[in-house]
Amino acid sequence: MVAKGRIVWVSGPAVKADGMSTAKMYETVEVGESKLIGEVIRLTGDVAFIQVYESTSGLKPGEPVVGTGQPLSVLLGPGIIGKIYDGIQRPLDEIASKSGAFIGRGVVTTPVDLKKKYKFKPTAKKGDEVGPGSILGTVEETPLLTHSILVPPTHRGGKLTEIASEGDYDIEHVIATTEKGSEKVSLKMYHKWPVRKPRPYAERYDPTVPLVTGQRVIDTYFPIAKGGTGAIPGGFGTGKTVTLHQIAKWADSKVVVYIGCGERGNEMTEVLVEFPHLIDPRSGRPLMERTVLVANTSNMPVAAREASIYTGVTMAEYYRDMGFDVVLVADSTSRWAEALREMSGRLEEMPAEEGYPSYLASRLAEFYERAGRVRALGSPNRAGSVTLVGAVSPSGADFTEPVTTHTIRFIKTFWALDTRLAYSRHYPSINWMQSYSGYLEDVSKWWKENVTGEWYDLRAESYHVLQREDTLKEIVRLLGPEALPDEEKLVLEVARMVKIGILQQNSFDKVDTYCSPQKQVKLVKLMVKFYKEAQKALKAGAPLADIRAMPIIPSLLKAKFEIPEEQLNKLEDLDKQIDEQFRKVVSGEEVKVVA
Amino acid sequence: MPEAAGVEYTKVAEIKGPLMVIDGITKASFDELVEIETAEGERRLGKVLEVGFGKAIVQVFEGTTGLTISGTKAKFLGKTMEMPVSQELLGRVFDGLGRPNDSLPDPIADKFLDVNGEPMNPERREYPTSFIQTGVSVIDGMLTLVRGQKLPIFSGSGMPHNILAAQIARQASVVGTKEDFAVVFAAIGVQYSEAQYFKRSLEESGALRRSVLFLNLADDPAIERIITPRVALTVAEYLAFDLGMHVLAILTDMTNYAEALREISAAREEVPGRKGYPGYLYTDLANNYERAGRIKGKNGSVTQVPILSMPADDITHPIPDLTGYITEGQIVLGRDLFRKGVYPPVNVLMSLSRLMKDGVGEGKTRSDHMEVGNQMYDAYSRAQEVRALAEIVGRAGLTGVDLKYLDAGDMFEQHFLKQAPDENRALDETLGRAWDVLSTLPEGELTKIKEKHVKQYYKGK
Repeated sequence: MVAKGRIVWVSGPAVKADGMSTAKMYETVEVGESKLIGEVIRLTGDVAFIQVYESTSGLKPGEPVVGTGQPLSVLLGPGIIGKIYDGIQRPLDEIASKSGAFIGRGVVTTPVDLKKKYKFKPTAKKGDEVGPGSILGTVEETPLLTHSILVPPTHRGGKLTEIASEGDYDIEHVIATTEKGSEKVSLKMYHKWPVRKPRPYAERYDPTVPLVTGQRVIDTYFPIAKGGTGAIPGGFGTGKTVTLHQIAKWADSKVVVYIGCGERGNEMTEVLVEFPHLIDPRSGRPLMERTVLVANTSNMPVAAREASIYTGVTMAEYYRDMGFDVVLVADSTSRWAEALREMSGRLEEMPAEEGYPSYLASRLAEFYERAGRVRALGSPNRAGSVTLVGAVSPSGADFTEPVTTHTIRFIKTFWALDTRLAYSRHYPSINWMQSYSGYLEDVSKWWKENVTGEWYDLRAESYHVLQREDTLKEIVRLLGPEALPDEEKLVLEVARMVKIGILQQNSFDKVDTYCSPQKQVKLVKLMVKFYKEAQKALKAGAPLADIRAMPIIPSLLKAKFEIPEEQLNKLEDLDKQIDEQFRKVVSGEEVKVVA
Repeated sequence: MPEAAGVEYTKVAEIKGPLMVIDGITKASFDELVEIETAEGERRLGKVLEVGFGKAIVQVFEGTTGLTISGTKAKFLGKTMEMPVSQELLGRVFDGLGRPNDSLPDPIADKFLDVNGEPMNPERREYPTSFIQTGVSVIDGMLTLVRGQKLPIFSGSGMPHNILAAQIARQASVVGTKEDFAVVFAAIGVQYSEAQYFKRSLEESGALRRSVLFLNLADDPAIERIITPRVALTVAEYLAFDLGMHVLAILTDMTNYAEALREISAAREEVPGRKGYPGYLYTDLANNYERAGRIKGKNGSVTQVPILSMPADDITHPIPDLTGYITEGQIVLGRDLFRKGVYPPVNVLMSLSRLMKDGVGEGKTRSDHMEVGNQMYDAYSRAQEVRALAEIVGRAGLTGVDLKYLDAGDMFEQHFLKQAPDENRALDETLGRAWDVLSTLPEGELTKIKEKHVKQYYKGK
């Protein structure tokens, strides 16, 4: 029996209703005359404490509250890709067509177009034994994505007694029926899944394949694996959002779920405007054909912000279960934590650090544990992954605050954004001394097999220069650069080159925005070569001033944006010029700029 | 505010700080507007913060001074707070709650709008890309403002944020069009003289007739400040999206706003976040700042320039910190430059315009604009490092290139950054001055500029 109660108290997004003795924890309810959507988060006697996902302005005691009997769920089926949803899977375009440019309340929508017909191609046959997660057939969701129609994970297995033949069907159409004993089940192209419950899988694998993002400092220095977890904390203006946009744009995953959680409206608009025009470097198709957006901007209701993270990750898991690599970026998990804090405050719970609830850490852990590379349930055999990348917005850029410290415990790649680097316009402002990746060894095999065996060593050699520079900097700060011997001054010079020529990457430059693994390795190799040749030249007596004045240096620093992916052979020319120019420096000839 | 029918209650249970608790409530809704009548017949406004179990907690905008437990009447008006809007608002001056205070009659309303507004649907936003020329070199060249952006000024006590904001308001123009900006100015707890300076500045430039002013001065009721930016932004949205105007909304000083919020939170005995500010400060600020932007298919725009003073010049203080997380960049004023007598004293390294990349470049401004901006940051940042080093080791301990950076840094401040408060520089002049600075450096140092632009504009040898 569904609960029917009455509002007795309202304060912001929090509502209490009595007469709710049959309500379940985390059940979705309709609140008030305008049927706002809410979720039960505490039960005391027959009073339910409800967080409401829409503005409660004008709501009053005495209005009805009606249970739905269902936990907060999302609809999973064809039609999700390319959409922009709010925190509870309502399409924003549909909300706009009903309530205009500003978001109204109580708007009823369906997550996907129920009438749109998809061409279904069966892959299972009548008489097949199917179970949870089995693939029944496929539809073309977008030109980039063939969507597998899955038997819901809650299905108890059985024999296919009927399956639709190839043809166009809408997603409400029954495309298959199963039978097990006396139990007959009709299956459609979609099913629903409660967002707070991770979707099951058959087996978990170790993440060993890197998620190639085309960002040098990430792929080469602090890689993340497919199915891995990463966090990117940074004060405002350090470029969290730009970095996440870059990952969403260029990562070599099949599906991207982008969650804008309590962030700027214009940033979501930017994705919406930009992605349909950006072309995926691998498939040549617009990026929007593989992207889903969940937008709960900072001025949208705070409770839905909390739900948006779960809505997003559940959709990501669904595509994982089809055997795809999915990357989910959440900007920003701090706003989600703040939503938890706000509701916790209204529940009058005893706060832990900085007013955050004591269960903050366990909620973060639960979220990041939903990442992983897995073997999906059902037949045929297939592996998929969900990679989770969360931005953290520490107050005052202080990494000791609770959300950052707890997040670090549950992730393996840490990209620390540095306010000082951002102030000097070193972007991405990922601090190379503070950041780390727990996947370095795991992914080196992939590099060896797919790019070059030199990757690991080149990375280590160039990173070593940066480490030495870090210690030398202290001396320079006290005594000035002239206090160092030439060999160490050279370290400073090469470190500068690595920083400008490799670590810094301009997201807004057409060429530099994406750097293939091949180009990354070549650029690093040139820097390492330059360093070695310069060391030799110094030993042979060449003056450091001459080395510093070599015209090859600006060419090396600009190669990242002057040499596009199609002309990587031009990098070989640079290699030759290094040899040539060092020969002249050592022999004391004047080096001329070769145009 | 027109008279509205409503339910009247007289059972005041408690008065504390800015709050009043009323008992025996049978019909009241969350956020509802309340008209309070004191025993002496004085009327004040308030709104419902919490309602249930026969009680309503009402926040009184004009403060609770003089209210009594017996004899006070509270009329629940059955609606949320609204602002009457029409074209007639232009040229008028209102108080912090949106009531005329220029001794002219109430403007005739075209319609009444809820001051809380509604969140703009990101799907219907138009992405901001139109360059606004402010005539201020450092802003146009390195921190470009675009139509529909929210770009705050982070200032400190005594620094010339008002002069800068007034200069922007007077000079702002969209290159290539004759369209003028309408100005919505909200003074939130500022001194009389500051508000007066702004008003006079608009008057002298003839901009006052396309301006709407909301004044909550330092001696006006503090709780009223919760409403001041809301009524101002409601009017800004109306002018932009109903009347198709380009609106520049200046809100000063948001620190006073946040303090009013803290006062209410403390009175409600809520669990505080950092420095006693409520945990929902971010959300609350966002509800104001996000009321900027453009809408698909509509002509107008709301560009927001909020001003806030950083307590003790501390940028990590919750107010500037949370603001920076919401706004699309920040213009930070620096105490050092201010002491040196440089106007505008913009600390460029701490400043940023997130939307600059979308508002400049080929077809919008000039193809080298973004690269020049980036290189200027880089050069000034190097110059600052060298300056710090020179203080320890002296000029003698510096290399040749470092010395060049030292000079470039000085030239940056004196030739590019510094300008008069009434000096309106065209973009070409701004970029020309930037190239003057960059041309003092060796060509090889310009690592952020494409070869072709260096060839075209570099003036050094």
